[in-house]
Amino acid sequence: MARKKQLLETAETYVSVSMKVNGVPCSAKIEPRTLLVHFLRDVLGLTGTHWGCDTGNCGACTVIMNGKSVKSCNIFAVQADGAEIITIEGLAKDGQLHPIQEAFWENHGLQCGFCTPGFIMQAYWLLQQNPNPTEEEVRRGISGNICRCTGYQNIVKAILTAAEKMKR
Amino acid sequence: MAVSAIFGAKVKRREDPRMITGRGRYTDDVKLPGMLYAAFVRSPHAHARIKGVNIEKAKKIKGVVCIYTGKDTEGKVAPVPCAWQIPNADLKVPKYNPLAVDKVRYVGDPVAVVVAETPYAARDAAEAVEVEYEPLPAVVNQVEATEEGAPQLYDDVPNNIAFRWTLQGGDVEKAFQEAEIVIEQDLINHRLQPTAIETRGAVANYDPSTGELTMWMTSQNPHIHRFLISVMTGVPEHKLRVIAPDVGGGFGSKIHVYGAEAVVAFLAKELCRPVKWMEDRRENYLATIHGRDHIQHVRVAAKRDGTILGIEVKTYANLGAYLSTAAPGIPTWLFGLMLCGPYRIQAVKCEVIGVLTNTAPVDAYRGAGRPEATYILERIIDILARELGMDPAEIRLRNFIPADAFPYQTAAGPVYDSGNYEQAFKRALELIEYEKLREEQRRAREEGKLLGIGISSYVEICGLGPSRGVRATGFGLGLWESTTVRVHPTGKVSVYTGGHPHGQGEETTFAQIVAEELGIPIDDVDIIHGDTGEIPFGMGTYGSRTTPVAGGAIALACRRIKEKARKIAAYILEAGEADVEFEAGKFYVRGSPEKSVPIQQVALASYAAGEGEIPPGMEPGLESTVFYDPENFTFPFGTHVALVEIDPETGQVKVLKYVAVDDCGRQINPMIVEGQVHGGIVQGIAQALWEEALYDKNGNLLTATLSDYAVPTAADVPSFVTDSTVTPSPHNPLGVKGVGETGTIASTPAIVNAVVDALAHLGVKHVDMPLRADKIWKILKEKDIAK
Repeated sequence: MARKKQLLETAETYVSVSMKVNGVPCSAKIEPRTLLVHFLRDVLGLTGTHWGCDTGNCGACTVIMNGKSVKSCNIFAVQADGAEIITIEGLAKDGQLHPIQEAFWENHGLQCGFCTPGFIMQAYWLLQQNPNPTEEEVRRGISGNICRCTGYQNIVKAILTAAEKMKR
Repeated sequence: MAVSAIFGAKVKRREDPRMITGRGRYTDDVKLPGMLYAAFVRSPHAHARIKGVNIEKAKKIKGVVCIYTGKDTEGKVAPVPCAWQIPNADLKVPKYNPLAVDKVRYVGDPVAVVVAETPYAARDAAEAVEVEYEPLPAVVNQVEATEEGAPQLYDDVPNNIAFRWTLQGGDVEKAFQEAEIVIEQDLINHRLQPTAIETRGAVANYDPSTGELTMWMTSQNPHIHRFLISVMTGVPEHKLRVIAPDVGGGFGSKIHVYGAEAVVAFLAKELCRPVKWMEDRRENYLATIHGRDHIQHVRVAAKRDGTILGIEVKTYANLGAYLSTAAPGIPTWLFGLMLCGPYRIQAVKCEVIGVLTNTAPVDAYRGAGRPEATYILERIIDILARELGMDPAEIRLRNFIPADAFPYQTAAGPVYDSGNYEQAFKRALELIEYEKLREEQRRAREEGKLLGIGISSYVEICGLGPSRGVRATGFGLGLWESTTVRVHPTGKVSVYTGGHPHGQGEETTFAQIVAEELGIPIDDVDIIHGDTGEIPFGMGTYGSRTTPVAGGAIALACRRIKEKARKIAAYILEAGEADVEFEAGKFYVRGSPEKSVPIQQVALASYAAGEGEIPPGMEPGLESTVFYDPENFTFPFGTHVALVEIDPETGQVKVLKYVAVDDCGRQINPMIVEGQVHGGIVQGIAQALWEEALYDKNGNLLTATLSDYAVPTAADVPSFVTDSTVTPSPHNPLGVKGVGETGTIASTPAIVNAVVDALAHLGVKHVDMPLRADKIWKILKEKDIAK
């Protein structure tokens, strides 16, 4: 009984949020302090978005919110109320990999894979902003994401390859 | 050995489809019904007595289920064991409680654990636990910790010295007597934070009806974790299942056994509910092991023609507050054994003093001991060359072990299996156009530009290792590797390996080995790893061992399968076994390749096991389990060369060109080899230029977030030119050597040598790492270069 009461009390402090994630409308009651990354992972079960630092440095939690790349560990889910979100799960269409995903695969742009969804989402935004980036621009454009395995060379190569693919 | 299209091909990785679509499954993705969340209360003091723990306020927080202090778990969760107890070193292993009981010894030392219905509630409650501390003086520097009057961490470890270890080979005294020149240098190989992007964590689930406890955890070696967590928690080993799912980077930090994971297992059993704990980044930086941290003094005896006669090293190794799993072996064996490097040094003496301090435990981090050895050699050889007025390239060529001298036993002890150091060296110099660069450097200096060229040649010990060899060093278990290769009735193959790749790509390279050995399509092979419920006892992935040792085991298992399959095929073909050939997955009688039996047909026959299918008396089935214990270590080598430019105004170092020529023996998948080298180079450059774990004198970690600890981004590093030579290991079943750490080992000294080279004409002989802009700027200001 005590536990039930406790849970009910907690429920009173919950707030509703609604957003469209990968084209699917979803809503839930959550603690107001819930971070967007935790909402995506723990409430919606979209575990492709990772978290790695809590301070907005590593970029493993990068998703697209209303067309812009954001670090979902630095945003409360309530700030995303009404937003359109794209996560790594929403990139492939009809079983067809997105050219960026293909390019990461073909160019060995990942090793342990933990930072990969964040890099792919950042690249997705970067190539929308600048469809013809130079190596220098790619390196600067992904400098908000950290990879500890690849030394970045093949990530950069993958993004440059993806840019070519997306022109076709 | 026949080279097929698959072995040696740049096959796209089979790991990738799940990871690029968000379907990777990491520990934090495991969610079980009724799951609770744990959070640790960690010490804000580097050294303090615990006077009391008040949990009353914390208990009242909504969603809190229970709180355990160190006193509550004492006797229920055993102390964390040290698994590398080096002999003849007067080793002292202090008690390493999973939760501190009377005293805390570093900032981050866990004091209590909170379990709650949600992760947020657990963290709220952890903050609300009130611990009363009596702060004690702390010591973070390992030399100071050994001095008279220093704070003592333990009553039974006088002067905080955990061990004194010595290695000697050849006649060191004679080398120094005969020397025409003696060089001495103090070097600091500073502390690093491994920084796997996935932090550590675990989920434990206990089934009281069967007594089985299942753990998902971020592990590089699930069987080692099962073994030691079983010992710590009392859950029988056969009732404990450890699953290491996808692991988001390890770099050594997920080899070790920590108290936290064992506490999570204990909680799940106590509460009969699943419990999850994931570190946040700050916790990861405070309490997951750190790496390196040597204070070194080196002396070298040489002739005036550059020939090195002997080397003497004294190192103070900082071990942190407790002895982590492999801690005593890293700065001793993995360091001292490699102090001759790729050179014909006839005499070596190495003394290591292992010191406990009020800092996070230090253990294996990428390279583990070998970068520290290589750094000494590659720095001192440059300093010697400068002193003698020789070119750093010339002095290395003078000292290399010649290609015809292998197998070669060094004065430090190991027998190098194979090598051609000069070949890799010359290739690297050719690729970077060394002579041309020196010319460019001369011109640049005239224009006031600061260009520097740095060379680093290395050989490393990996493929750990022959069990008798590693047991003699005090390592807790042998370092063989296991596999079961199972051919199913349809000819599809499941491979269960004791290795646990977590980024190194062996789900792909191991399938390439099997496809080559059995002559079957790669898509017919699956690699299963990381689950103690499925695979034979295995030793895991670290120390660049997985391809040579686990890969070797797989090759041998395939060969045993082929032996049996050949017998079956001979029986089906009604031929003598000696007359049966195997090629591209088919058996046939020599001279009649048109009438063949594919291995898939043999597989089916082996399970059908009837008359005309397998020879009478033969055991049915087609699988093999191999425990491969290598006869020697493997010794990859190579040369890296860097060109850097220093901005004279800011002191900022920029890497302009970087060439790496590595030799890891035969390559199964050159694309993956190259990727390993790239990543290693950046970690090594990061140590040379930016990364540094910094404690203040009171033992506060100043670099406890990714905002403060300077991991490089893509904008900080260039693209690298990589190439390789191929000198197969003669004793490995595949001729492979391992490549996971070469980049890290080689690149740090290459960069430091280049930066010092850029400043050499100003009279600079050595600068300790990391070579951040502020440090270089101060030097340039002293020399009246910077304003």
